[in-house]
Amino acid sequence: MTDPIEQKIWLRADGSLKAHLRAIAAIVWKDLAAEFRSRELIGAMLVFAALVILIFNFALELDISTRETVTSGILWVTFAFAGTLGLNRSMAIEKDRGCLDGLLLAPVDRSAIFFGKAIGNLFFMLLVEAIILPMYSVLYNVNLFQPGLILVILLGSIGYTAVGTLLAAMAVQARTRDMLLPILLFPVLIPLLLAAVKASNGFLQGFEIVEIMPWVNVMIAYDVIFIAVAFMVFDFVVEE
Amino acid sequence: MERRPKTLTVLSWLTSVVFIVALYLVLFWAPQEAIMGDVQRVFYFHVSAGWVGALAFLITAIVGGIYLARGEQRWDRAAMASVEIGVVFTFINIVTGSIWARPIWNTWWTWDPRLVTATIMELIYIAYIMLRQGIEDPDRRARFGAVYGIVGFISVPLTFLSIRIFRTIHPVVVGSTDPTAQGAFDMTANMRTAFFFSLFTFTLIYITLLWHRLRLQHKMEMIEERKLRALSA
Repeated sequence: MTDPIEQKIWLRADGSLKAHLRAIAAIVWKDLAAEFRSRELIGAMLVFAALVILIFNFALELDISTRETVTSGILWVTFAFAGTLGLNRSMAIEKDRGCLDGLLLAPVDRSAIFFGKAIGNLFFMLLVEAIILPMYSVLYNVNLFQPGLILVILLGSIGYTAVGTLLAAMAVQARTRDMLLPILLFPVLIPLLLAAVKASNGFLQGFEIVEIMPWVNVMIAYDVIFIAVAFMVFDFVVEE
Repeated sequence: MERRPKTLTVLSWLTSVVFIVALYLVLFWAPQEAIMGDVQRVFYFHVSAGWVGALAFLITAIVGGIYLARGEQRWDRAAMASVEIGVVFTFINIVTGSIWARPIWNTWWTWDPRLVTATIMELIYIAYIMLRQGIEDPDRRARFGAVYGIVGFISVPLTFLSIRIFRTIHPVVVGSTDPTAQGAFDMTANMRTAFFFSLFTFTLIYITLLWHRLRLQHKMEMIEERKLRALSA
């Protein structure tokens, strides 16, 4: 199993779930290793996210009374904007250096490439969120570490990266790529972002769980539907 | 150059006549609404335009699916033609709604579920057109268009559902009426006739436009082909 080529042949020969998972893990690992060596993506996403929060601070005059109602909105706008940087970058490096062709030549199922890239993107997104949350908590003296909020952020990030990975794969192959991704992505994301903002706000303001559940259900439905759709159509997006 | 099919000529004339009849029914024949007055007449074309918008995007998603399954260019042509018509009619829907809302809700715009959903739908399909413009390779353009047409169409009902969790003030004229809606009314028999006739008229307009648009696309492709042949000769 040490020789990479031998490993690939083994992956094709054994079409089991285990082989599929192994292929996904290999792609995730590749993305993480590349990122931990260059540290380009995380750095840019973090600085950008911090800037967005700072700009909100001046734009909205975040005193205590406003903060209570707008915190969840600010968090999600920040995540959504920082996320597009990551998505663009993660697909652009594959495209520019011809890595995508290499990936496509690998004898693995195309859906493994999708899930590999999506999980990698999800990991970066969660990492940025894991740094933004304590930063925001310290800067504005609120405790954002509530299990409910963490759950909402996790659900939101899963849906975001599933749709984002699919659309970023299309956007990088277009002429106007960096401009195109947010235009393609945000209108499709609206139900998810709306539910995420409402649910986060519910948890932060200590609403009854009955009032929050409809939003959480919308997010779960969104995640399930779009993971399934993205999985089914991804083949057509990377096909040459 | 092939001639325009006779059926299309007949259909175009028929659509024009039907549209004039619809105008007459909506503006003169249908009774004036008791409370809102003449501004209620916007309703007939407003709903019809919204219907054509939704129908056009549904067709885009369906023919997109067929394209992905079969890979024949004509399905992609239909998807693109349908999106263009849908964008125009959704725009008409939003603008006529605004004109009606100004006297009835006392505002041009409000953040109501239906209004927001219609606007987001419009933005999705403008994004669809921009996506297509950014890709030169026709095969890839068709595939991406089909994928985005499907993804976008699935997101629209979810948007509606999620905003619907808020209260709505938009009247529901066909089907059950929400007691919180403002500007609702019951249709009389003549109003109902005018309404269904407008729906029929707009559907006919959609079919006619789609056909013309498909022919236009076909001709543009023929010109392109001849240009290439002339250049290479």
